Amino acid sequence: MKEIEKRIKPYDANFTTMVPTTFVKAMRTCVLWQIIRFIVINIKMLVVVRKSH
Amino acid sequence: MARVIVMGGGVSGHTAATFAKKWLGKDHEVVVVTPNARWNWIPSNIWVGVGEMTKDDVTFELAPVYHKAGIDYRQAKALGIHPEGGSTHGDKPYIVIEYTGQGKEGQKEELTYDYLINATGPKLNFAATPGLGDANGLGEFTVSVCTADHAEHANHELQKVFEKAKHSKQTVLIGTGHGMCTCQGAAFEYIFNVEHEAKKAGVRDNLDIKWISNESFLGDFGIGGLHMKRGGYAASSRLFAESLFSERGVNWTIGAAVTQVEKGKAHYEQLDGTTGVIDFDFAMLIPPFAGVGLKAIAKDGTDITDQMFAPNGFMKVDANYAAGAYENWKASDWPKTYQSTIADNVFAVGIAFAPPHPISKPMKSPSGRDIFPTPPRTGMPSGIIGKTVAHSICDKILKGKNAPLHEASMAHMGAACVASAGKGLTNGTAAALTVYPVVPDFETYPGLGRDLNYTFGEIGLAGHWIKHILHHMFLYKAKLNPGWTLIPE
Ligand SMILES: Cc1cc2nc3c(=O)[nH]c(=O)nc-3n(C[C@H](O)[C@H](O)[C@H](O)COP(=O)(O)OP(=O)(O)OC[C@H]3O[C@@H](n4cnc5c(N)ncnc54)[C@H](O)[C@@H]3O)c2cc1C
Repeated sequence: MKEIEKRIKPYDANFTTMVPTTFVKAMRTCVLWQIIRFIVINIKMLVVVRKSH
Repeated sequence: MARVIVMGGGVSGHTAATFAKKWLGKDHEVVVVTPNARWNWIPSNIWVGVGEMTKDDVTFELAPVYHKAGIDYRQAKALGIHPEGGSTHGDKPYIVIEYTGQGKEGQKEELTYDYLINATGPKLNFAATPGLGDANGLGEFTVSVCTADHAEHANHELQKVFEKAKHSKQTVLIGTGHGMCTCQGAAFEYIFNVEHEAKKAGVRDNLDIKWISNESFLGDFGIGGLHMKRGGYAASSRLFAESLFSERGVNWTIGAAVTQVEKGKAHYEQLDGTTGVIDFDFAMLIPPFAGVGLKAIAKDGTDITDQMFAPNGFMKVDANYAAGAYENWKASDWPKTYQSTIADNVFAVGIAFAPPHPISKPMKSPSGRDIFPTPPRTGMPSGIIGKTVAHSICDKILKGKNAPLHEASMAHMGAACVASAGKGLTNGTAAALTVYPVVPDFETYPGLGRDLNYTFGEIGLAGHWIKHILHHMFLYKAKLNPGWTLIPE
């Protein structure tokens, strides 16, 4: 988070964006959580694939 | 015995040809005319472009696969279509091809057909922007990742820049190379893969990574952006795209048409009329796409190319090309059967069909320059359309000429897409997205144009695993290995 904050300059384009917190970033590569997300995303994608064929 | 010819052995043509052969069996002929000897899983070119995969990892020889399937493979490019026949063929329609391999390089041949599928994809139109790439795409000033060869060359140049970045500041510019490009997704994947690899190589601090694109807002992707449910809101893809660019320290210039490229310099014009130059040490700019330049000739020898094809070279099909201004666009403008407007037995699939109009809102700079994304036709819709058209043709052959055509409108079809943001078994990430429908339908879904229950996206390691599995699954399927029909497009 600190790394990201350091790069943001007031009133630059990136000043008005939302940036992930340390927790959100950590969860993106947390293997256990991502195994759950893997199952959820696959189900969501399969539903869209089925709806499109 | 009927003969089906498929021009183009890429994502949509290979799907159409392999299903047509499976459904028609030995009693009918399926011919594939394509200039490439190897099939390429194009989405993984991104990883070739950063040295994480090789050309061999993303391509395979077509000849043995077509031999196994009983498909007549001609390594050749199609030059022209004679939908009314002529020459020595009477009323029988035919195409003219020119061999690019099989020991017959340069030889021309006429092939008659009962049904023809145009799946020739895009011509990479580097020439539209002075200085962008060259005729072979291996640019003097900029690189591309659109083919496996381009991607290998891109990686070669990238590694040189990484080497220099060990000692001095370097600037990397990635995005679209013209005001009317599509395929922003590929550039998006490449920029974050480069950023990820730069970190791994320990040179990120010396690399200034910049994005330039013709989108009026980040996250447009040529589909007018999308909304997804998050934290109790329907949030725009713009928020997520801007967030990722900020997080990864990538500066962006948007609403921009690259107008000229010189050594180390990209000139651009923006929607508000601003002009500028970005200096770079390495640039990967996607070229605009056009049709591959097929000609159409009537029986009496008259050139009817302008009847069969739109001015951009894509084939006109059952779409509404007279919709006019953005405000009049409807989901129903989009084609359903992909049948040619002038020949009942000719179809165009994947990128080869002419869309009725863009999806993103057309915009111009004060000087009158068009700056907006043209519509993408990604892998899943291209595959589904190829299979649907093969189904229609097989029904006509097997059940009779009056069999109804099958439909696959991009306005009633979703797409699942996984955009890599860095490769790695435990530290890779990718944005997994689904969008339904691909073409927004503002009549059925007022305001946002899409069904929020089927449109979602998230970034994480799981997305990367899916992208990696899809790489192997689609290559497995394209090689027609056991059970290939069970893998969806
Ligand atoms: C770098 C990159 C990354 C991408 N990543 C993704 C992704 O992650 N997900 C996704 O869904 N989509 C992705 N896409 C888009 C996807 O690759 C296309 O949607 C898909 O390839 C379109 O299929 P197609 O059959 O229309 O064209 P292609 O796959 O390009 O096939 C066209 C074929 O026609 C042949 N041909 C050309 N001229 C002639 C001629 N005159 N006669 C006969 N044959 C001819 C070509 O050699 C080629 O084999 C990406 C595209 C690029 C460039």
